[in-house]
Amino acid sequence: MCDTCGCGDQNIVPVDVHDSILASNDRMAAHNREHFRERHLVAVNLMGSPGAGKTAVLEATARQLAGRQRLGALAGDLATDRDAQRLSAAGITSRSITTGSACHLDAGMVHYGLHHLPWREMDYLFIENVGNLVCPAIYDLGQDANVVALAVTEGEDKPLKYPVMFRKADLVLITKIDLLPHLPDVHIEVIADALARVMPRPLYFPVSARTGDGMDRWLEWLGQLRTIRRDAVVASS
Amino acid sequence: MHEYSIVQALVERVDAEARARQATAVHRLSIRIGELSGVEVELLTTAYETFRERTVCESAELHVTMVAAQWECPACRRAIGRGDLLSCPICAVPARLAQGDEIMLDRIEMEVP
Repeated sequence: MCDTCGCGDQNIVPVDVHDSILASNDRMAAHNREHFRERHLVAVNLMGSPGAGKTAVLEATARQLAGRQRLGALAGDLATDRDAQRLSAAGITSRSITTGSACHLDAGMVHYGLHHLPWREMDYLFIENVGNLVCPAIYDLGQDANVVALAVTEGEDKPLKYPVMFRKADLVLITKIDLLPHLPDVHIEVIADALARVMPRPLYFPVSARTGDGMDRWLEWLGQLRTIRRDAVVASS
Repeated sequence: MHEYSIVQALVERVDAEARARQATAVHRLSIRIGELSGVEVELLTTAYETFRERTVCESAELHVTMVAAQWECPACRRAIGRGDLLSCPICAVPARLAQGDEIMLDRIEMEVP
């Protein structure tokens, strides 16, 4: 009751929350991250537009790492399981997460996906996000690193137009560089300049999944993630 | 259109807070959305109008504060201008986002017995 004037009205009280609206997603992401750390698994969240070459990069990665590293993938897809099929055919143990109308993966979907994947026996887990240059950037999944695939055919100004996505990227793979001879108006230096205006630590590798060009730097970077993970485990034990 | 997912998370949180205090109604929500959060305020308010029906937020006004993006040098605190390279020209260290990535629920005004 309102005890100021005795009118019988109910009290309106302000409750200060000051918490992220996505706090429950973040808790689930922390839970996933804990699982990954326990098993020394490196988890990479791979994002990018539809057609940026995410699946092709993973196929090429599998070709190079076959027999040396155990690879797994969760592939987010609106309506099909085509990506997961392609990844499985390339030798990556894969599961599809069909999101229906959802434009992104969240930590809960990844957690559920893990229940259907023998992730404890893997060295790397690639989470291929839904093709979209906006929404996936907002959701923490528990990954060690965010990688964005940006095809040279998408145009030089994409980083400036989608700063939210690129700000979250630890690495940008500039894909389909085998097409550059056909694209006289696209220059890697211009893309690099745009990246440096939206990424505080700009890091990019131009690659071609088709020819294998530049893939060595990407594989070396993946190797470094694994070393960092191993050192962290040693340091904490 | 992740704004619907965000509204869903918002309403769920408000519902939990209201239940914990046995609130009989919620009057107002105050949230903060950063320019670089990836959330479109207009889409968010439209999603809220659609989603709030028959929820605890049915009669709750949504008050949104927009927060501009602001980059700065973590060492000397110099502001990095919009569209500039995200590195301090003096200290040569990567810039830090001082504000502008908020997706925050600040306050709920609710009616309690």
